Amino acid sequence: MTMDHSDKPRVGLFVTCLVDAMRPNIGFASLKLLEQAGCIVEVPQAQTCCGQPAYNSGDDATTKAIAQQLIEAFESYDYVVVPSGSCASMIRTHYGALFVDDPVWAARQQALSAKTWEILSFLSDVMAMQIEQVRYQGTATYHDSCSGLRDLGVHDQPRQLLENVEGLSMKPLKDDDVCCGFGGTFCVKYPDISNAIVSEKTDAIANTGADTLLAGDLGCLMNMAGKLSREGRDIKAFHTVEVLAGMADGAGIIGSDK
Amino acid sequence: MIQTSEKFREHVAHALTDADLKIALTRTTGLLQSRRRQVIDEYPEYAQARIRAQAIKDHTLKHLGHYLEMFEANATANGAKVHWAATPGEARRIVSDICVKAGAKTATRVKSMLGEEIGIAEALADAGVERIETDLAEHIIQLAGEAPSHIVMPAMHKTREQVASLFDEKHGVAPDSHDVTDLVASARRELRKKFLSADVGISGANFLIADTGAIVTVTNEGNSELTCTPPKTHIVTVGIEKIVPGMDHATVLLRLLARAAIGAEITQYTTFYNGPKREDDADGPTDYHIVLVDNHRSEMLGTDLQPMLRCIRCGACMNHCPVYAAVGGHAYGAVYPGPMGSVLTPAMSSLEAAKDLPNACTLNGRCKEVCPVNIPLPDMLRTFRARQWEAGLTPPLAQWALKGWGFVARRPRIYRLASGLSVYGLRLWAFGKGRIRKMPLASSWLKYRDLPRPEKGSFMQQYNASEHAKRSRK
Repeated sequence: MTMDHSDKPRVGLFVTCLVDAMRPNIGFASLKLLEQAGCIVEVPQAQTCCGQPAYNSGDDATTKAIAQQLIEAFESYDYVVVPSGSCASMIRTHYGALFVDDPVWAARQQALSAKTWEILSFLSDVMAMQIEQVRYQGTATYHDSCSGLRDLGVHDQPRQLLENVEGLSMKPLKDDDVCCGFGGTFCVKYPDISNAIVSEKTDAIANTGADTLLAGDLGCLMNMAGKLSREGRDIKAFHTVEVLAGMADGAGIIGSDK
Repeated sequence: MIQTSEKFREHVAHALTDADLKIALTRTTGLLQSRRRQVIDEYPEYAQARIRAQAIKDHTLKHLGHYLEMFEANATANGAKVHWAATPGEARRIVSDICVKAGAKTATRVKSMLGEEIGIAEALADAGVERIETDLAEHIIQLAGEAPSHIVMPAMHKTREQVASLFDEKHGVAPDSHDVTDLVASARRELRKKFLSADVGISGANFLIADTGAIVTVTNEGNSELTCTPPKTHIVTVGIEKIVPGMDHATVLLRLLARAAIGAEITQYTTFYNGPKREDDADGPTDYHIVLVDNHRSEMLGTDLQPMLRCIRCGACMNHCPVYAAVGGHAYGAVYPGPMGSVLTPAMSSLEAAKDLPNACTLNGRCKEVCPVNIPLPDMLRTFRARQWEAGLTPPLAQWALKGWGFVARRPRIYRLASGLSVYGLRLWAFGKGRIRKMPLASSWLKYRDLPRPEKGSFMQQYNASEHAKRSRK
């Protein structure tokens, strides 16, 4: 189907602070997939972070200020798409709590939240995208990051999209719906508990026999990949969009000493 | 139980090195999770029942005073003596007075978390009464001199091997073998002789039924019946939020409770107590007391914390919490552990005394997902974080870091500069390697994990350079 230029949805890509600083490849893969799916994609320059660290630390005033800035930066788009279930859920399900006493901003927030999507569910549920002619040679296992799974219902979409990647075979992960122990600031506030949780996760990942770990959130991926790397396990980690865009090359999210 | 939640970090450090604890927790949580999943899959009305249960509890909490008065009137008409206790201290005094008046020397007790909450052991000690725990797990921890670590499985922290050696040592006659069946038989031999001679029986209640004045207990061991029926005096201590309007409402909740708690369709024993022994009854207490305890519950009404009062004490949240599974119930240092305890403990004590509990959570939401009455536990933990932030109780370093980050995050240009510099710094620090293994200021992360070397330039730097290039080519 060909679409008139003006019919294409205008998408504002929210890159997330972690992707911006640590793994730009995820941002570029998102850009590529959204364009392949038929969107006009722009990256608003006024974006920074969704405010989650402040929100989860109880600093509601800072969170509100950041949320207002994000709303202003993105409200002119048809959709806001985010390569992270956690940040998408922050905008979609948690921003509402910030503006309960502020009817003007509540209306703007509600309009923005309603058109904000996690990228894999957006590609699948909104754009009905089919992955074609993409190759990844390997066996992979998939971890369901908590916010995407429980707040946004992201579960089948990534698995369906990955089905059409040539050369890729998927291995089920035991307790794929159990937290990896990242939890944003949790992992640095309670490093010992976080380590106990992620150790169980990396054991489960290794037990699948897969050579690749996939997920939809860079925070969780850095946690799991960082632990796999520290344990000396030869398992690469990629964000799902990197594989879907054919941009999963090299050592993955955490490189080696070589 | 003495609350020691302010020592959470110390408890955690201890728990994480306890290999037996890890074995016990993994075995039991794994079993409870798989059983729960199975019985819920076999319960097609589950989703509807959960919505109905939430509605029942919300309605009752909205009209709590009305239903409590109705309960008091009906229970009194049935022959019960109803007492009101605003604080644990008042509840203890009431229990202690009843025991003294009854001239009691021994009291059998059915496990109830409310009993732990008000300090029933202390009340009985004050009255000079010997306390006999009749629940198998409570018997185990009484022998070990410990506190419960789970609200449904109080001895969840112990392996069966540890229980076997405890029984070898403490029971008059050692168990025949260390098989679970023989261990249970050994406990039964120990306890059976004490049931029939007790002066007072003390229980909690899983539900209070307003329109009949009945109380409901569920057990799997039948110890409630043996505790509440033979002694002349029966004392029920119960939280005011356990009330439901009628029998139909109780049955909706009972079906959810057993499934969520132990992965069974129903418990072995569900008993409704309707008052003291009547003339033509074969047995039963002649003196029957119900102590209704508030202990900060009424303060939660009408606040963000009201949904917590929907809790039916099934323990599913702790069975599915990754933090609980890593550290066990004792680490929380409070009567109620796990996610529900991390809400109840600061609500019943103070933000300071329980300052770690609302923070030691990854906000993964699994507790809310499995909660049979859909309590938004992560939201309420966040409510406490906000209260701590407002009260200035957040650790100074975290406050300072967040304020600095918040300042930068509200200024996109400065933010770009800062993130660009961080990327540059991290790349330099990586010394050409693909990962970072040591770095100042990142010790919490790098103690256990490597950090990636960032790609060359932030997304925005790369993107703007490429867009710029596109434009300049035109």
